[in-house]
Amino acid sequence: MRKTLFRTAAALAAVTMLAACSGGGDTPADPTTPAAPETSAAPAGASGALTIWVDENRKPAVQAAVDIYNETNPDVDVELVVKNFEDIRADFLAQVPTGEGPDITIGAHDWLGSFIVNGVAEPIDMGAKAAEFETVATQAFTYDGQMYGLPYALESIAVVRNTALVDSTPATWDEMIAKGKEAKTKYPFVINTNGTTGDAYTYYGLQTSFGAPVFKQNADGSYTSEIGMGGDAGLAYAKFLGENGMKGAGNFSTDWTYDVANQEFADGNAPYTIAGPWAIATFTGAGIDVAVDPIPSAGGQPAAPFVGVQGFYLSSQSDSKLIANDFLVNYVATANVIKALYDADPRLPAMTSVADQVASDPIVAGFLASAKQGAPMPSIPEMGDVWEYWNAAESSIISGSAEPEAAWNKMLADLEAKLG
Amino acid sequence: MSTQQSFNAVVAGDSPPPPRRARESHARSWDGLGVGFLAKLGLMAVINALGLAAIWSAFVGGAWVLLGAMVVLLVVADWIYFTKRQVPLKYLFPGLAFLAVFQLFTIGYTGYVALTNYGTGHNVSQEQAVDALLSQNEKKVPDSPSFPLTIVRQDGELGFAIVQGGAAKVGTADQPLELAPDATISDTVVTAVPGWEVVPKNQVLSDAALADEVLALRVPLSDDAADGSLRTGDATIGAVYRSVLTYDAAAQTMTNTETGVVYHATDQGQFVADDGSALPVGWKVFVGLENFGKAFTDDTYAGPLVKIIAWTFVFAIASVVVSFFFGLVLALIYNDPRVRGRAVLRTLFILPYAFPAFLSALLWRGMLNANPDYGIINQLFFFGARVEWLDDPTLAKVSLVLVNLWLSYPYWFLVCTGALQSLPDDVQEAARIDGAGRWRTFRSITLPLLLVSTAPLLIASFAFNFNNFTLIYMLTGGGPRFTDTSATLGHTDILISMVYQISGVSGGRADYGLASALSLIIFVVIGVISTLMFRRTRQLEEVN
Repeated sequence: MRKTLFRTAAALAAVTMLAACSGGGDTPADPTTPAAPETSAAPAGASGALTIWVDENRKPAVQAAVDIYNETNPDVDVELVVKNFEDIRADFLAQVPTGEGPDITIGAHDWLGSFIVNGVAEPIDMGAKAAEFETVATQAFTYDGQMYGLPYALESIAVVRNTALVDSTPATWDEMIAKGKEAKTKYPFVINTNGTTGDAYTYYGLQTSFGAPVFKQNADGSYTSEIGMGGDAGLAYAKFLGENGMKGAGNFSTDWTYDVANQEFADGNAPYTIAGPWAIATFTGAGIDVAVDPIPSAGGQPAAPFVGVQGFYLSSQSDSKLIANDFLVNYVATANVIKALYDADPRLPAMTSVADQVASDPIVAGFLASAKQGAPMPSIPEMGDVWEYWNAAESSIISGSAEPEAAWNKMLADLEAKLG
Repeated sequence: MSTQQSFNAVVAGDSPPPPRRARESHARSWDGLGVGFLAKLGLMAVINALGLAAIWSAFVGGAWVLLGAMVVLLVVADWIYFTKRQVPLKYLFPGLAFLAVFQLFTIGYTGYVALTNYGTGHNVSQEQAVDALLSQNEKKVPDSPSFPLTIVRQDGELGFAIVQGGAAKVGTADQPLELAPDATISDTVVTAVPGWEVVPKNQVLSDAALADEVLALRVPLSDDAADGSLRTGDATIGAVYRSVLTYDAAAQTMTNTETGVVYHATDQGQFVADDGSALPVGWKVFVGLENFGKAFTDDTYAGPLVKIIAWTFVFAIASVVVSFFFGLVLALIYNDPRVRGRAVLRTLFILPYAFPAFLSALLWRGMLNANPDYGIINQLFFFGARVEWLDDPTLAKVSLVLVNLWLSYPYWFLVCTGALQSLPDDVQEAARIDGAGRWRTFRSITLPLLLVSTAPLLIASFAFNFNNFTLIYMLTGGGPRFTDTSATLGHTDILISMVYQISGVSGGRADYGLASALSLIIFVVIGVISTLMFRRTRQLEEVN
């Protein structure tokens, strides 16, 4: 609104100036003194252009941030380019070196590894502001001591419970399944397996409860490039998958895709599911009341699901780095913009003060609690190679088409060969 | 008519040829009102204006290859359309230009990429890699506080003014930070320094050249470089940074100033130290034919490649043959005048053709779910049995061909219906009189005649299915996976989906060089097959 007002004012001023020029032929305007921006009544800000890549879902959220930015910087023309979220990483990698890429893109923190080795992301200095964010969020965007992105939202998965069928989520897997069976529904539990493709992401909380993280971690929580899924802990988890798979207890099934699992839960055919905040609308839309609890432990250790952090990356070939930095550090990294981002697209805010503000919602609080128990998804470049093998191994164990131990060991061998 | 007569007369030599006018190029001719000439002049003006605009923007953007290509195209265009000669080229040139821009360039560029190691870790030019490494390794000094920072200028030289411990300090690139006791401080920000002009943040942000200068400015904390220097990323906050790497452009080396390790630029496009450790960012270099060799010699790809090539042929041929004959049979049936309501039925048959293929494939994926609770195919047609349509290697292949049949028979139904209706009745009548039965007529008359008009379409359809990425990707995703190799490929992967897998675009670990080499191999295979088949088609035409 203010932007429009300013534009109108500027246009009026221009018309007046033109009129003055054409009218007063004997008093030519002095060309050496252009209208000084300081004397203008309108708010003075930077001028230039920014291009930001966003996906369809988050366009309103980023638009809200841009609107706040444009209130004080009306002369910066911010263009939001909507892309498929799945395409952003590859396009950013391909286009930044040619100079065609955006100044800023939205992205997930686990893209960082490939952005580093390809030299397309620019470090961002948030100064003291970094302390205002959740530690897991700033850690996720830090590589070798430097921050490469501005985090704004966390996402994590948790157990979602149908409150009409069960009253609580027990602390262990066996107890949860027993309680789920008491509910006398079609299944005691459903989970997205992504069909036969496999979905290690959704299962990861169960895996970590066996003490088998995907990569070994340093003392400070950062990941090494050494596979952590081997050994007895990994094999115990593989065995657990087989026992609960389609040739075992049937608590997992490769027939379940994202849509199928959510539909079964929304139809009241299962009291428990493991899902992310993005699925909640489907459930409440189907008219069921849900509660969100931490994932129970299957292997005895705490279940730590992956925490994904969403944020903004700055292109290393941007022509407007200063403006982009100014936009990110001085506008986006403020409580009111993070809140505006949350209002437009509810994801757990990465800024502590805003997270506390929105935690009054029990569902948000549930996911936040799960995120605090979780581990950041590794952003090391090697992570990109892991998914395909990992998903396939889990899927073949769950479907019963492969022996747990053999499939798991083959995955480890393939990964060792691939990662060198 | 009269032209024809006079032409015949000339040929016959009955009368002398009409006097030939000295022919002037219609480019410069001015007959009558000259409307045609003006129209052409206008068109060429527009083309020249567009061309010049493109050349200018290529010049501004520093895209020299594009600039050269545009200049050549524009000069050639002007020459062709303003010369007397080159009449055929006047018609051919637009097509040739588009061919060059959209086809030859793509092929050439793919060829170029196939000869490089372009991919993850080798994504940029060496210059960009050096920049990226330097900025990645210019690290904030641990525990460095952030200073509110003001940009100042003196005699055109930029400097930073900060407040440290309550006192103002000013420095430039050559002059380390010094106390400036006369400076005015308000709210921990320096607002004025005598002898210096304060550059407002907005001015810095609005002036791209100035912004670059500010970004590049490093103000040393002291004379000792080890103390680091002050830099800013947003013109308002400064912090102390120290560079860990230094670049020697002449020697092509990167030196780590903390450990003393020297990294040399290798011809593999990476900075590598003597102990074998490498810096993360590499750059694009020529690797020659390495990628072509890799596809056939690398164990992870060589085994699956053979199976995938075989399946690609089976899939493409089966898809075309099955759907062509199904479409043809339907066309024959619904071409019979005895069938009632043919118009309505024909419309119904075209329905699958009207849905976008990728959407249909996704729907089929859901319908073919092995669990009869979710997969309607098993529920309705297989009495709730668990048939693993997409998870069994053989059934997955059958499913693909069947779904492709469902997607493409309406096309062949349409084509065959049209072709059947255009067949001459007299030949078939003659056959009937000669005593040929239905089958004999079909085999010896109808089918050969039909093939004359549909064979080119069959070849095109084969080429399309050879590269039918959408269907594979949406229906099976290449799965079920091979269990005897560690390549992330599966039983239903065809060459193009294999290229996609290897290119790693989806996973963030891409190898565009290898993917381009494979694309070129596919291109050659399809080219050879199409040429051979079109040769055969010409033989068919001799039937006519």
